[in-house]
Amino acid sequence: MNGVVTSISLWAIPVFIVFISIYAVAKKVPVYESFVDGAKDGFDTAIKIIPHLVGMMVAISVFRASGAMDLMLGFIQPVLNLIGVPSEVFPLAILRPITGTGSLAFTTDLIKEFGPDSMIGRIASTVQGSTDTTLYVLTVYFGAVGIRKSRYALKVGLISDMVGFAAAIIICFFVFGN
Amino acid sequence: MVNYIWLFFIVAGFIAAALQGNIELFSEAVFEGAKTGVTICFSLISFMVLWLGLLRIAEDAGLLKKLAILLRPVVRFLFPTIPKDHPAIGYIMSNMSANMLGLNNAATPMGIKAMEELQKINPKKDTASTAMCTLLALNTSSITIIPITIIGIRMANQSMDPFEIVGTTLMATAISTTAAILVDKWYQRKSLRNE
Repeated sequence: MNGVVTSISLWAIPVFIVFISIYAVAKKVPVYESFVDGAKDGFDTAIKIIPHLVGMMVAISVFRASGAMDLMLGFIQPVLNLIGVPSEVFPLAILRPITGTGSLAFTTDLIKEFGPDSMIGRIASTVQGSTDTTLYVLTVYFGAVGIRKSRYALKVGLISDMVGFAAAIIICFFVFGN
Repeated sequence: MVNYIWLFFIVAGFIAAALQGNIELFSEAVFEGAKTGVTICFSLISFMVLWLGLLRIAEDAGLLKKLAILLRPVVRFLFPTIPKDHPAIGYIMSNMSANMLGLNNAATPMGIKAMEELQKINPKKDTASTAMCTLLALNTSSITIIPITIIGIRMANQSMDPFEIVGTTLMATAISTTAAILVDKWYQRKSLRNE
């Protein structure tokens, strides 16, 4: 079973590429020409994201490197300890929506320090896997098409992040707790 | 809301750096952040070019249309405002499939392509349409079935069972995605009523 899970991920891309190429040729599609034709917009789209992403990354970088994020965590942590959230995993709740690499690094540290099979390691793994970097996704997806007014999209993303974080903790205690 | 969060990050960062008497932290972080933004975009170029090319093959072969027809009921429920048989649907479905398989670098170009199609039917070009907000909600909540990165990290750290979190991740993902869909539906109704 576990082997199957990893093989699906390993095989997905090669199988997909080979499958669509053969299928397309069978449908008399000039595959190489189609590829080039579709790919030519890729560069422009990626470049269009730069102003959006630089703007967002500057703010996030300042917030983290200045120590402002740690200060904020220091204020909130005692409250969360009261309701039983292990304080070690809490920074993830703030990091996860803001920075993908930052939260992955933090999760890796937790797993190294407490062990992958500890409750903290399990919760961190679950949180990391079950939500995405909301601010990044918003910046990149909307930035690529020039959307500046995101309406309620960010609220929806952040609410689902919070729900996902709470769910991850409750589920881990329920599944792995004794 | 993005404006307020941006302002908050900047002002909080300024105050924190100033309080520590170390204002250089602020300026260093500004340039470091700008560099990170550009670096990420440049690393996106190769994925964008590759996947947009492959997607065009799939589209020309009629595969995206097939996928869209197969999953039509899901689309009608989640995206009631997209016209029937619109090309955006095929891209949305490929984006969701890539997300489920944990193929992040494929999901992003597909999602952006879907956004471009949605932008064509968006009346206000600088403002997100309801369909765009739904697509974003699905992507931010992440519908990963196989959290491959985290399994790798657990393996590298000698976990007794690196896969034991697949089940809990799936449950947490299901809950956060359901929450995203419900909250999005609520806002969707509210905004459709106001129009």
